[in-house]
Amino acid sequence: MEGVGVRFGGIVALDGVSFDVEAGRIVGLIGPNGAGKTTLFNCLSRLYECGSGDILFNGASLLQVPKHGIAALGIGRTFQNLALFRTMTVMENVMIGHHCRTSSGFLFNALRLPVVVGEEHATQEKARSLVRFLGLEAVADLRVADLPFGTAKRVELARALASDPKLLLLDEPASGLNHEEVGELGVLIQDIRDRLGLTVLLVEHHMSLVMSISDRVVALNFGRKIAEGTPAEVQAHPEVIQAYLGGAAH
Amino acid sequence: MIVVALVLLAACMLPFVVSNYRTFQFTLALVYAIALLGLNMLTGYNGQISLGHGAFYAIGAYTAAILMDQYGVPYWATIPAAAVVCLIAGFLFGLPALRLEGLYLALATFALAVSLPALLKYHHLEQWTGGVQGIVLLKPDAPFGLPLNPDQWLYFFTLAITVLMFVLAWNILRGRMGHAMVAIRDQHIAAEAMGIHTAMVKSMTFGISAMYTGIAGALGAIAIQFVAPDSFNIFVSIMLLVGVVIGGLASISGAIYGALFIQFVPNIADAISKAAPWAIFGIFLLGFVYVMPMGIAGAVRMAVARLTRKAQNQAAKP
Repeated sequence: MEGVGVRFGGIVALDGVSFDVEAGRIVGLIGPNGAGKTTLFNCLSRLYECGSGDILFNGASLLQVPKHGIAALGIGRTFQNLALFRTMTVMENVMIGHHCRTSSGFLFNALRLPVVVGEEHATQEKARSLVRFLGLEAVADLRVADLPFGTAKRVELARALASDPKLLLLDEPASGLNHEEVGELGVLIQDIRDRLGLTVLLVEHHMSLVMSISDRVVALNFGRKIAEGTPAEVQAHPEVIQAYLGGAAH
Repeated sequence: MIVVALVLLAACMLPFVVSNYRTFQFTLALVYAIALLGLNMLTGYNGQISLGHGAFYAIGAYTAAILMDQYGVPYWATIPAAAVVCLIAGFLFGLPALRLEGLYLALATFALAVSLPALLKYHHLEQWTGGVQGIVLLKPDAPFGLPLNPDQWLYFFTLAITVLMFVLAWNILRGRMGHAMVAIRDQHIAAEAMGIHTAMVKSMTFGISAMYTGIAGALGAIAIQFVAPDSFNIFVSIMLLVGVVIGGLASISGAIYGALFIQFVPNIADAISKAAPWAIFGIFLLGFVYVMPMGIAGAVRMAVARLTRKAQNQAAKP
């Protein structure tokens, strides 16, 4: 991430933000509401155009990649306010996550060539193992629209993992979860990182979660980076404390 | 599976137990079923509304008619030709339509359907389209000395194509691309983030949808043996949309129910009241919408679910 800037009309949402995310780390991104965290995420997944700066992933610029090409590069994400495919089942949602790893088109699908059947079996196998990993077996065939919020969040996580990401972007995974669920989530995120060997970039308001699982933390305020370092360093940073007006309140 | 086999069996026996005129009507119902399946892929599965599929129906019909009338192409060979023409036309229309959503897309497609009859009447095209007069076609006889009259043969010809088109649609809709179509309808931002090329999938869906409707148009022209600009007015497009919704959105079997509805309910209405058949049709329409808000396919699905539950309860009791 090098000097990324985004403007919406006259409003500067991100102003020259730069930081690195090292492979295999969990990096937390914090900041008060409106600090630009989600904007930054949306730049990473190319939903927003960056006005300036560049985003490099494994040395190559993301800005040349179309929106639908991001998943295939190995960047998976979840959304702040759930963006599941509501009419589909849990299994189907997770299977869609694997879309970028398969390639059969309309013609092959219409003729249902052996390639298509093989791909489908692999996708189902993948989805089933993730459904098991995230403890969703009991709801696998239910429509996601009927699920409680916490479960739906796990479905989103499973869907993101189905794309075999190298970098996982989690946008407020703890929002709407109760205290106990947040604890489990922290363990789960670390478990995912260790088992699947991926890198996690996490936007989160829940301070204790961010501080307990992150290797590094980046703090934003008004679209600028105000601090970066280990959780302890960032927590002690005067600008961070000021931004949160005694951030211990969280 | 058993249900499908039984329906197919019944469909094969049908022309031998009903009159030639009824057989012709069922041929048209099959034609509509193909058209509705195409429109349902676009509107039901992919969430793009079209008030203009009558235009693709007309393009398919005219492609078949012109090829047969002007170039002496055999009737069966006009079907793939109509398919290709409409696939391309639909895809090209789908590209600019990507920028439009909901009611705006409805208006754009409406514009297409409303302007096409005028284009067909355009005098510079008259040498091909026959202008206002249209084109009269000959009814094909059964080949290979089959003991079928032309109506029966055309019914079986249409039935075979219908079965083929339904199998292809079923394969698409349950597969990778079908899931992608629904994902775009449900949540297009997430679909894109999952690596679905939404622009490509949406315009291809438009193309395939138009292709289905065009094939139906070609079959319809062969069955009716006549095409004229005024048989493809905006009413055709509206009726197709009615059929899709009444049959059941995002349902393959819904296309069959919807087709039977738009083919036979106007006849029934006509039989009830010669004076105001469309008023009767309107009452039928209101009744269906009110009683079956998920379409006929939705109502059937719920009825089957209720019956199986009851059967399970019965079995559970000692």
